[in-house]
Amino acid sequence: MTLTLQQQPTVPLEAEVLSPDVIAPLGLDAVRALPVFHGKRQRRLDEFFSVVGSPGDDLEIEGDLRKVKWIGRGMTRGRVAVRGDVGMHLGAYMKGGSIEVTGSASDWVGGEMSGGTIRISGNAGGQIGAAYRGSSTGMADGTIVVGGSAGLEVGMRMKRGIIVIGGPVRDFAGLQMKGGTIVLGAGAELRTGAWMMRGTIVSLKPIPIMPTFAYASTYTPTFLRILARHLATLGVTLPTDDAKGSYHRYNGDSSVPGKGELFVWSASAEASARQG
Amino acid sequence: MEWRGVAIRDTFAEAFDMYAARVVITAGSAAWARTAGQAMTGFATSVIGCKVEAGIEGDLDPAATPDGRPGISLLVFGVDQAGLTTRLLDRIGQTVLTCPTTACFDGLPDAASRAPVGGVLRHFGDRFQSSKVIDGVRYWRIPVMEGEFLIQETFGIQKAIGGGNLLILGADQKSALAAAEAAATAMRAVRGVILPFPGGIVRAGSKIGARRYKSMIASTNDAFCPTLRGRVGVDSALPENVNAVLEIVVDGLDRPAIEDSLRAGIDAACRPGVVAITAGNYGGKLGKHHFRLHDLCASWSTST
Repeated sequence: MTLTLQQQPTVPLEAEVLSPDVIAPLGLDAVRALPVFHGKRQRRLDEFFSVVGSPGDDLEIEGDLRKVKWIGRGMTRGRVAVRGDVGMHLGAYMKGGSIEVTGSASDWVGGEMSGGTIRISGNAGGQIGAAYRGSSTGMADGTIVVGGSAGLEVGMRMKRGIIVIGGPVRDFAGLQMKGGTIVLGAGAELRTGAWMMRGTIVSLKPIPIMPTFAYASTYTPTFLRILARHLATLGVTLPTDDAKGSYHRYNGDSSVPGKGELFVWSASAEASARQG
Repeated sequence: MEWRGVAIRDTFAEAFDMYAARVVITAGSAAWARTAGQAMTGFATSVIGCKVEAGIEGDLDPAATPDGRPGISLLVFGVDQAGLTTRLLDRIGQTVLTCPTTACFDGLPDAASRAPVGGVLRHFGDRFQSSKVIDGVRYWRIPVMEGEFLIQETFGIQKAIGGGNLLILGADQKSALAAAEAAATAMRAVRGVILPFPGGIVRAGSKIGARRYKSMIASTNDAFCPTLRGRVGVDSALPENVNAVLEIVVDGLDRPAIEDSLRAGIDAACRPGVVAITAGNYGGKLGKHHFRLHDLCASWSTST
């Protein structure tokens, strides 16, 4: 089924009905009549979207969706393909299935998700896989892959799961992290891993290390080799070739005190210099 | 029937229900993976004395292992699930965890019954251990002096079959050994089986119990001992031209694997100097899995 945004909302459009779980069991007329909230006003879905095709687990959503929020909220199955940019809370509370975005996404991608896969080709905002304000735990499982950059507080309070950001990331990646893995393909700005209790942050570029993280050793842990194989299926390359380099490990955040770990990739020559 | 001039007796190998686990060990090199595999499967020839039967199933290319390093696949067989779990803990804990560069993975991911191997061995980490869930599988990372030992939390256990066997009756020791070596090589090439005895070959085949030492659960298979032929009280199974007998025991994950292995073994063992191929059984009263030699060779064009 293909849904194309025809009428650009003037204020954010909350469209959590755009989920395979909601749409698949319905007939075409019922899908068109699904409620969305244009600001505080309830409207029909077809006041904004053209709806073509048969309802099912495979949804294609097209258009400039930057003001459309909550797509895929709580979905447990199926596939959502977004052709274009998309608004906040994409895949929040998601439990299964997959979401693919050809453009960029706003904040709170995969907020408190517990399963499934979200792939964004462009950039994303902040709070990816994070805990909502007042909530103790963020992402509990699943995978988020962002090809471009990301904003603040990526993976805040996440407990399990994997977040991969291909481009640069802003401050506080892994803030209060409780578990899981964040891979930073192009490093991050300040305070990476602040207050992290557990979990793993891997950076393939040098990053500022907080003074509350202590250098431990240089090696390539075996679990990263398994992670690399898993990520390869998503088109992500994680270096694990001993001949090309290894990872500096830092333990922290000791201000909590935490049992987290930062791994920073170091090419061979640099690794040799440090050990020498 | 005969195959290449060797008589294949009309009898069957009698085998038993067992439980099996497949352990995949990876390491920094194929040599270290094999070292760990050999250590873990050492002293595991028979449940009679070792509590477990184990062997190397085969080497694994890096492309076939979970972490992309050279590996080796082992099969471990026990008579019950609880005992097998205990043996896995003992052996992996003492021989794999301790071996440089290794990591340890479950090789039966589809098995419904799971043994908490890594979930128990993690305690060696003294609460410095940590876990990581990747693609739905939990791994434990145990800090060791060399770095980290990684082990999967649970290992699959499935029903299996142990005790398939061949008896190679040779004109002399040299011929019997050469045939047994050829048979063992052919049998090991089958996926899903191991030959638990040294080099895959056992010279001390046993019968159940003992005639004179009532406390023993197994004793020498006097019917197949050439030196006892003609002795009063011994009902020898050997013709006069047989002067050495070697046995190959095979444990497998399922019946087809054992059948394929036995068939390959019989074919390889039929060579000059071998008088006959037969198999050990207990009249069909103890083990429910019977492998009839003539059925295994039925597809061959034979002179009978």
